[in-house]
Amino acid sequence: MISRRKLIAGIPAAGSMLLSACNGDLPPTYGSLFDLSNALTFASQRLLLRNQPLVREFARDRITKNFPAINETNPTSDRYQHLLAGGFAEWRLPIVGLVSKPTELSLETLKRFPSRTQVTQHNCEQGWSAIAEWTGVPLGRVLQEVGMRPQARYVVFHTVDGWWDSLDMFDALHPQTLLAYGMNGRELPVAHGAPVRLRVERQLGYKCLKYISRIDVTDRLDDVEDGTGAVGAPYGYSWYAGI
Amino acid sequence: MTRHTILVRATHWINFASFLALAVSGFAILLAHPRFYWGETGYFDTPAAFELHLPVNLDQTGWGRSLHFLAAWIAVINGLLYVVWGLLARHFRFTGYNPFQRVVYLCVVFGLLPLTILTGLTLSPAVTAAYPALFTMFGGRQSARTIHFFAADLLVLFLLIHVTLTIREGFVRNMRSMIMGER
Repeated sequence: MISRRKLIAGIPAAGSMLLSACNGDLPPTYGSLFDLSNALTFASQRLLLRNQPLVREFARDRITKNFPAINETNPTSDRYQHLLAGGFAEWRLPIVGLVSKPTELSLETLKRFPSRTQVTQHNCEQGWSAIAEWTGVPLGRVLQEVGMRPQARYVVFHTVDGWWDSLDMFDALHPQTLLAYGMNGRELPVAHGAPVRLRVERQLGYKCLKYISRIDVTDRLDDVEDGTGAVGAPYGYSWYAGI
Repeated sequence: MTRHTILVRATHWINFASFLALAVSGFAILLAHPRFYWGETGYFDTPAAFELHLPVNLDQTGWGRSLHFLAAWIAVINGLLYVVWGLLARHFRFTGYNPFQRVVYLCVVFGLLPLTILTGLTLSPAVTAAYPALFTMFGGRQSARTIHFFAADLLVLFLLIHVTLTIREGFVRNMRSMIMGER
């Protein structure tokens, strides 16, 4: 039960949330009536998540067999196949943009960061869901290492197969947002995005890009690619997918 | 015949439009994965509780979801306005309706509609991060999706019966009543 005191205390929080939304902390738009409801969903869910709760984590025995692999399952580019053949020893992850130490991380270096392992449910926009264990580095820990500039607001991800997407700092710095290199106790399989994929647990599966190839920290999205914030935005896949 | 106030008439037609949009967009989303499960998880390799023989179409969820949530916001705000007004104005005594009609209307407004909203919210990974009790309430994410589907089906059934009765009991008179507020 929400006490009256809690409710009253919540009103300024709600107000400041709406105000900050009006000041421009809204998801990037792509020019349709749907932006209205997406913005409303975004603002109200930011309010619900203001204390940054974690999603549920499961025991290992809840891991599902044959976790579905959809979209790209084995990038055909020569570059990727070459890296794969070499066990990703030559793979490098550039982290550039508004950072004080632009870096190229090897898989080896990434694995030396303090790791996090979580058994979570993947919620596909198609309607199915499955549980897997993910091991990786919290993205926030990596961003801390490269030293984000104060004006940094978004993290843009590019993949070897030409996908791209972005998160704002609220989700990028969440403890369960991982650069994952392990799945179910093993190396991340090729079909699931080897060597490194993204885990964004409080949004739909399509935000969890596979085959991450570059990370770009920025203060604005309107000058990134087509300015919509994500590869799927022009097809109606909302940038914010907390739904 | 009751004389409908302007608020009842306005919320009725806004509700009608948003419900149609929700039904159409919900069907579009369903086409991506017309399989239903019970419990927490469900995907291609797990046995389905039941499966609808619909042509699978993966390309309708973009506009489908966007329209679904736009219509859902409108329906929820509109519905709250109706319920709050209805309670204040003691509207839910439904004078002029028979007992069966009253029970059905009350079940829809205070049963099926909240159930559809809550099961829908259980499908949101953000809302459930804040309120994981929703999973407990419905027995898991896939159970919530299945209940959402059945609750929506019952609402469509209600709409069909409602429209049939409206036509049978004098379409013109009923329309005048709900549009113009005339007796």
